[in-house]
Amino acid sequence: MANASDTILTVENMSVEFPTLSGITSAVRNVSFSIGREKVGIIGESGSGKSTTGRAIMRLQPPKAIVKADRMQFEDVDLLKASEDEMLAIRGRRIAMILQDPKYSLNPVMTVGEQISETVILHERVSPREARERTLAMLGRVNIRDPERVFDLYPHEVSGGMGQRIMISMMLIASPSLIIADEPTSALDVTVRQQVLSILDELVIERNIGLLFISHDLNLVRSFCDRVIIMYAGRVVETIAAADLDQAKHPYTRGLLNALPSLNHPRDRLDVLQRDPAWLEN
Amino acid sequence: MTMIKVDHLAVSYGSGDKLTRVVKDASFDVARGETFGLVGESGCGKSTILGALAGRNRQWTGSIEIDGEAISQKRTRGQLAKQQLVFQDPFGSIHPRHTIGRTLLEPLEIHGKDNRQARIEKVLQDVGLPHNFRYRYPHQLSGGQRQRVAIARALILEPQILLLDEPTSALDVSIQAEILNLLKDLREREQLTYILVSHDLAVVAHLCNRVAIMQDGGFVEIATRDQLLADTVQHPYTRQLMDGSRGYVGKRSPHLSAIPRSVTSSVLSPDAC
Amino acid sequence: MTRSGYFSDLHDWLINEEFTSSRQARFHKLYVAWLSLLANPLALAGFAVIGVLILVALLAPLIAGHDPYAQDLAMALQAPSAAHWFGTDEFGRDVFARLIYGARTTLYITILVTVIVAPIGFIIGATAGYLGGWVDVVLMRITDIFLSFPSLVLALAFSAALGPGIENAVIAIALTVWPPIARLARAETMTFRNADFVVAAELQGAGMGRILLRHIVPLCAPSIVVRLTLNMSSIILTAAGLGFLGLGAQPPMAEWGAMAASGRQYLLDAWWLTTVPGLAILTVSLAFNLLGDGLRDIMDPRNG
Repeated sequence: MANASDTILTVENMSVEFPTLSGITSAVRNVSFSIGREKVGIIGESGSGKSTTGRAIMRLQPPKAIVKADRMQFEDVDLLKASEDEMLAIRGRRIAMILQDPKYSLNPVMTVGEQISETVILHERVSPREARERTLAMLGRVNIRDPERVFDLYPHEVSGGMGQRIMISMMLIASPSLIIADEPTSALDVTVRQQVLSILDELVIERNIGLLFISHDLNLVRSFCDRVIIMYAGRVVETIAAADLDQAKHPYTRGLLNALPSLNHPRDRLDVLQRDPAWLEN
Repeated sequence: MTMIKVDHLAVSYGSGDKLTRVVKDASFDVARGETFGLVGESGCGKSTILGALAGRNRQWTGSIEIDGEAISQKRTRGQLAKQQLVFQDPFGSIHPRHTIGRTLLEPLEIHGKDNRQARIEKVLQDVGLPHNFRYRYPHQLSGGQRQRVAIARALILEPQILLLDEPTSALDVSIQAEILNLLKDLREREQLTYILVSHDLAVVAHLCNRVAIMQDGGFVEIATRDQLLADTVQHPYTRQLMDGSRGYVGKRSPHLSAIPRSVTSSVLSPDAC
Repeated sequence: MTRSGYFSDLHDWLINEEFTSSRQARFHKLYVAWLSLLANPLALAGFAVIGVLILVALLAPLIAGHDPYAQDLAMALQAPSAAHWFGTDEFGRDVFARLIYGARTTLYITILVTVIVAPIGFIIGATAGYLGGWVDVVLMRITDIFLSFPSLVLALAFSAALGPGIENAVIAIALTVWPPIARLARAETMTFRNADFVVAAELQGAGMGRILLRHIVPLCAPSIVVRLTLNMSSIILTAAGLGFLGLGAQPPMAEWGAMAASGRQYLLDAWWLTTVPGLAILTVSLAFNLLGDGLRDIMDPRNG
């Protein structure tokens, strides 16, 4: 897929550990992967460490957590050594993040328009009047029909789908080279989900950037991403091209696929995943 | 034989100026032992219909017959016991400070049933939980185990109908499979009638005989399971939902033409850079 | 089996979450609460002080050593000494004995007020929160009326109207303490009113009484207990204030506020008359506050 020069992010042997009362628990163990100019999905069930992985890349892990890795290279930056100031310059500008609920990513006491204009002014150093024009244009680009109205809305007044589009419109301005999307469409209805995904899809293709798409929805990741990383109990059990998912080798991946009810292959009973303790050894 | 008969059901919330009619006009029959699905996006009124059937929403007009008996807005205990609701969120539907045994005892006390301990043990066994779970608190259980408890609580009054409100959407895929299998087994063993609300057509097609596709408070289509599987549904909205449950269809799919595409196609013209 | 072995078995049995009986589940909950109390030194100190207070009140005749009502004018206003640890008052009564017996009065007042206030506050608040609508409006406006007076002024007015005496003081204090409890119970009830587990009980035919007692009480109880514990100090202070003003306990009854009040005339000559009961009030109020803070951490459902 991605050849070496196109690699945006390389993670080697990353572990995230949390000290608890009963010793250290690892949320993520020895995870290695790289992302090029492509859409990479991380699939896993709750507690598999998929979100923790996404946050650790942004160095947004909880303060108590310890992140260890042999290498975490984002373009020319060593994420392991970068200072907090350097990370501030990276977050939101070079690596952007979309969360499940956009309300938590937007400032609740500023209108949507003000927040986008702020980004415009920061990045393009234009006058406030010009920033407003640019903002309205951005909102129009992410398929918002009435930008003038949306400009003056507060985050709690917009729907989930609209909120995600607003988050994406901010990325149009900041132009990051990697987007980490953590369950960006789980709270959305199917039809809205298709629209948000197609906007995201076009953004990635147009700008030729990388996308790390974290989700629990196998069908979605399989149809949306180029490559899929399957995580189980903090480990990467398999990495496979999305198109080849049906030929997945790892029993966990196969178990997940067989547990899924399907319109195309109806079955009377769904297979129940038998968890094998051997999966935890590596 | 008809178990549930709903005729021109309309449900609303609030009163006066704030009156919102969530369900406008819905009519359907469900046969004994059948599983009927209600599918649609958030706000379409699918859960509201379920609430009206369960006795949660009382602001409805039209007629509801359950097991041949016409139901009024206010119900007797016996009428309430005929159908039981299973909630979406297994973390919010069980009392956090009651042990599982206490949770299961509660309906038996309300209805003055006898043989309480034996009934609790039987229902736990029915949903595949060990007996000693009755002494546990909900926070000691996983999501799937809690959903089993919620199903056990619904079953303990020996209802004829289970109303399932997105029973697996808060669960992981592998747990969802277990719960769907359990629901199938229970339906066969106890001769239950189900109404299943879901946004996922694959789940609905797995469990239901017939499905009503809802939009904006009304049915756009009632499709059979075979129609769903053979992909011969009529309405474009149903197709859109089916595509949704298959994953992302992007530009490759012609079905998306239902959504205005004129704007999307020019989303990222070069001058955006 | 050694003793320590027995205790470690007991510990294992209590800490084990694989319950085999509902009794074990209940003991487990208490034991875990006890362990977290142990982990909170300030709360434990408060708990210890209150434990001592209860013991002292129970065993007052054994501890006091003197009759708290025996007057001996020849021995009036004696400074603290080996015979009279905290000295004597203007009638020659032993201050230490009166302090010990005063603990009984203090406990009597706080317990009685709590017993009156907790159910009344809960029923009014929970009913308002559960039913909503005009019931809520009426009940809450009544609550507001009580809340709009400073509590000491209200207590003063009531005990003046009812006449001096400890029972009347209890009623007067209770009238000032229930409104915040009602507000709290209402707020808590409203958060759980539409929870799925309450709806589930309703759909199974549970009536309002059952829902309030079986479902809402276990959820409200921790915050109400915390609130009442934190209120204890203000109950004690109000009782002392009423006693100080002569509207609470009547002579010759031993009551800390009244003791402090009567010592006021001799403040310069006999500092112990005001200082000792004052310190007792301070210590017990502080202990209740510390325990309340600790209980909030331990019992609040939002923390667990």
